Amino acid sequence: MFKAASMRLLVAALLAAASLLHGPQAGAAESWTVAQLMQALGKHRSGQATFQERKYLAVLDQPVESSGELRFQAPDRLEKITLKPRPEALVLEGNNLSVTRGKKQFNVRLSDYGEVAGFIDSIRATLAGDRDTLERTYALHLAGNAERWTLTLLPRDTRMAEVVTRINISGSRGLLREIEILQADGDRSVMEIVALGQAR
Amino acid sequence: MTRRFVPALLLWLTFVAACAGVVSQTRFTADLSAFLPEAPTAEQRVLVEQLRDGMVSRLLLAGIEGGDAAQRAQVSRALAAKLRADAAFRMVANGEPVHRESDHALLFTHRYVLSPAVTAERFTSSGLQQAIAESVDLLASPLGMLTKSLLPRDPTGELMQLLERLDGGSRPAMQAGVWASRDGGRALLLVQTRASGSDLDGQQAAIDSLRSAFASEAAKLASGTDLKLLVSGAAVFAVDSRSTIESEVMRLALVSTAIIVTLLLFIYRSPTALVLGLLPVVSGALAGIVAVSLGFGVMHGVTLGFGTTLIGEAVDYAIYLFVQSGSAATKAGRNAYWPTIRLGVMTSICGFGALMFSGFPGLAQLGLYSIAGLVVAALTTRYILPHLLPAGFAIRDVTSFGLRLQRGVSAVGRLRWVLAGSAALAGAFVFAQHNRIWNHELAALSPVPAEAQAVDAALRSDLGAPDLRYMIVVRANDAETTLQKAEAVSARLQALVDGGEIGGFESPSLYLPSQARQLERRSALPDPQDLRARLASATAELPLPASRLEPFVEDISAARERPPLTRADLDGTSFAMAVDSLLLRQGEQWTALLPLRAPIAGAHAGEIDPSAVRLALEDAADAAPLFIDMKSESGQLYAGYLREAIMLSLAGVAAVIALLAVALRSPRRVLRVLLPLAASVLTVVAGLVLAGVALTILHLVGLLLIVAVGSNYALFFDSKGDEDAPPPATLASMLFANLTTVAGFGVLAFSSVPVLQAIGGTVGPGALLALIFAAAFAHTSSCLVPGVPAR
Repeated sequence: MFKAASMRLLVAALLAAASLLHGPQAGAAESWTVAQLMQALGKHRSGQATFQERKYLAVLDQPVESSGELRFQAPDRLEKITLKPRPEALVLEGNNLSVTRGKKQFNVRLSDYGEVAGFIDSIRATLAGDRDTLERTYALHLAGNAERWTLTLLPRDTRMAEVVTRINISGSRGLLREIEILQADGDRSVMEIVALGQAR
Repeated sequence: MTRRFVPALLLWLTFVAACAGVVSQTRFTADLSAFLPEAPTAEQRVLVEQLRDGMVSRLLLAGIEGGDAAQRAQVSRALAAKLRADAAFRMVANGEPVHRESDHALLFTHRYVLSPAVTAERFTSSGLQQAIAESVDLLASPLGMLTKSLLPRDPTGELMQLLERLDGGSRPAMQAGVWASRDGGRALLLVQTRASGSDLDGQQAAIDSLRSAFASEAAKLASGTDLKLLVSGAAVFAVDSRSTIESEVMRLALVSTAIIVTLLLFIYRSPTALVLGLLPVVSGALAGIVAVSLGFGVMHGVTLGFGTTLIGEAVDYAIYLFVQSGSAATKAGRNAYWPTIRLGVMTSICGFGALMFSGFPGLAQLGLYSIAGLVVAALTTRYILPHLLPAGFAIRDVTSFGLRLQRGVSAVGRLRWVLAGSAALAGAFVFAQHNRIWNHELAALSPVPAEAQAVDAALRSDLGAPDLRYMIVVRANDAETTLQKAEAVSARLQALVDGGEIGGFESPSLYLPSQARQLERRSALPDPQDLRARLASATAELPLPASRLEPFVEDISAARERPPLTRADLDGTSFAMAVDSLLLRQGEQWTALLPLRAPIAGAHAGEIDPSAVRLALEDAADAAPLFIDMKSESGQLYAGYLREAIMLSLAGVAAVIALLAVALRSPRRVLRVLLPLAASVLTVVAGLVLAGVALTILHLVGLLLIVAVGSNYALFFDSKGDEDAPPPATLASMLFANLTTVAGFGVLAFSSVPVLQAIGGTVGPGALLALIFAAAFAHTSSCLVPGVPAR
């Protein structure tokens, strides 16, 4: 029932959210490299954060806002619990994505979406700090320094690129602050993240 | 030729000619459902028939195994493309989105007559505000990605309503862009034949072209890849069982005829005698077919398969006649045997007669066939055959062979206590195991081989075909009324879904609402002027200005003009198949099926409480819904049939005993006849249980036939009630007669048709054991001179 395009977007957003595995500093290196970032991300077993998301859509006069919690649990469980404007629970675990909204529940197998299936690997790759797999799906660009960095993900897949132009993930040292997704149709969303519990 | 004989011969010839006439007009069927019990209620019977002719019987499930995922997907696509171009197939689904565009287009175009949310209330200012606010909020969710672009045309989110509702079912997994099994080892296709379920030839042709299309596509792959096609479905079962039965019946008849002819030639040493000996058999078989044809209107192939057993038994009478017609025999001597044979025929009739009251049409046919066959064979032997014997007719003198047999009988008699002991042991074993003897599954009666059933179940679960355990059925005389009834029931079911009592349900009215319901929804749509005014106030507080919703106003005014959706509009979408499989027409009667799904999660996960469903349906009593729980129905059904079979068997045995009591006029003699039969039955049951066979109703029927058929031999040993051993010639003819019967039934034990196998495997050994036990328990003389009583 999901259009593949929206699936791709969804997965991209999740992937971005999955990068919230921030934790203790991975050493304050002078030069902040993708390798170091990946290493820092790969160390975490679980984490919790609140999020606030704004979507700027051409069809609306004002951005739509939503807020809630993000939870990650090793090895591959990610939850996005929206509390406002309407409660919604989105759970990604293994190959399954379920969205529960009110009494309705949607279940999607990621592998059913051929060209998006690679993303499940990207997410796992991110969780595991597996840079090689991540680079198979995106071109990575890291800008800034350890105190204020921005990781840009550019989809390699052309069909994916028709929906998502780029994803900017910014943070400070091992702390994720913001995920920005730019869509090909000009709409964009910005998610601000505030960590709660520290990961082990 | 005596004067009395001429009318008899003329009568017989007329009879045979008439029979041949009827037989040439008889319709034969291979539909194995005749060996499934009839549904208990008229309603269920109608349902079963409709399912048989309806959509279900046209569906083929196919799986492609082997190779890698890409190769399987490639073949799946190529095969589907080939079949879609073939007129023999109405629908081919393999996961490719061939219908997705048209499905969505149809839903979107007709959303205002399809959506259950459309009411006059929803199009008031406050209703619109609520609906649009919800759609705006949805944009914050990832799900909003789906609705964003449609918002100006569908601000109330009607498409989402429809998609949510249609998305409840489990769908097959995907792999490389086509359906695949959950474990990823198979590509899957679902194919609908154009030929109906009753058109077996058409179905067979369709299955053949499916297989050959697969073979040619698989051959295009690089050599060394070995793909395999699995095909299942009602049509496959029907076609396979038809060809199985056709080949089996031929094979069984040939094998048993060959065995019996060999035996007869060995005994008779005369082709003339052989032909004469088979005359009663042929007359009997003709009479059997005629009786079934007249009684049932159609004859089952499996019933013909049992014809081989008839050969085995009917040929006995001729053996007795010929052996007694030896040069030493007199007419008087020959006639002395008739009472015993007559009694034997009558006990057989009692056994087969019990079958005539069976709930299995196949067994009832078998009963009628055997009775008619045996009576005619016996009469032919008694009144026609003696006159046809050439002057000086004699077969091999079996006296010396008979004398050897007498010694054998004495030897067996000395083993009497051993045999009695082993029979008692068997009885004790059966008693000890009495909880494990019976197979209580209705599926055990299924004519479909277990292996094929397993493949079918695997494909079905991979395809996420609904488990049709719980179903609600409504019926009416036209499609519109049926759909209205389905809607009344759907409303009740939706309440159960909302309450988490059931996971979901299907109904033809979800895809094709009744005209009345559609017009009702259409009339809820406001005219453009009103709508614009209402939108202005509805969106005042929302980030979505009314000016942006002009496409919505246009769509609504178009919807107000559009005629209601009809079945024809669904052509080319996947909803066409859904409606055709859930809304069935049979003559003047329309039936809607509403299968239920169990909840996936929550307090009632995986279970449906029938009482909750029944309670909810009370509010829809006007629709007269019929709630069917297939599993418990079939369980009760089976229990009922087992009870029926036990009653029938007991009645058959009681009839045999009563007959013996009247004929023998001595409780002691009756007991002496019955004892070997009881011993054989117990030994056969013990043997089957030891061999790991769980007994079904068909085995029970087999046990009844052991009593009916085996009584002949016990009667000969009891002959005249004195203590004499049967004369040598009689002994010899008994052994030959027994062997032909055992051959006739025994051959069935090697059949691959479960019903034949069960009965053959029971009666074959049982008849032989009956003879051995009868010989052992007979008061044979230790002295070898006949006539001297043993003391």
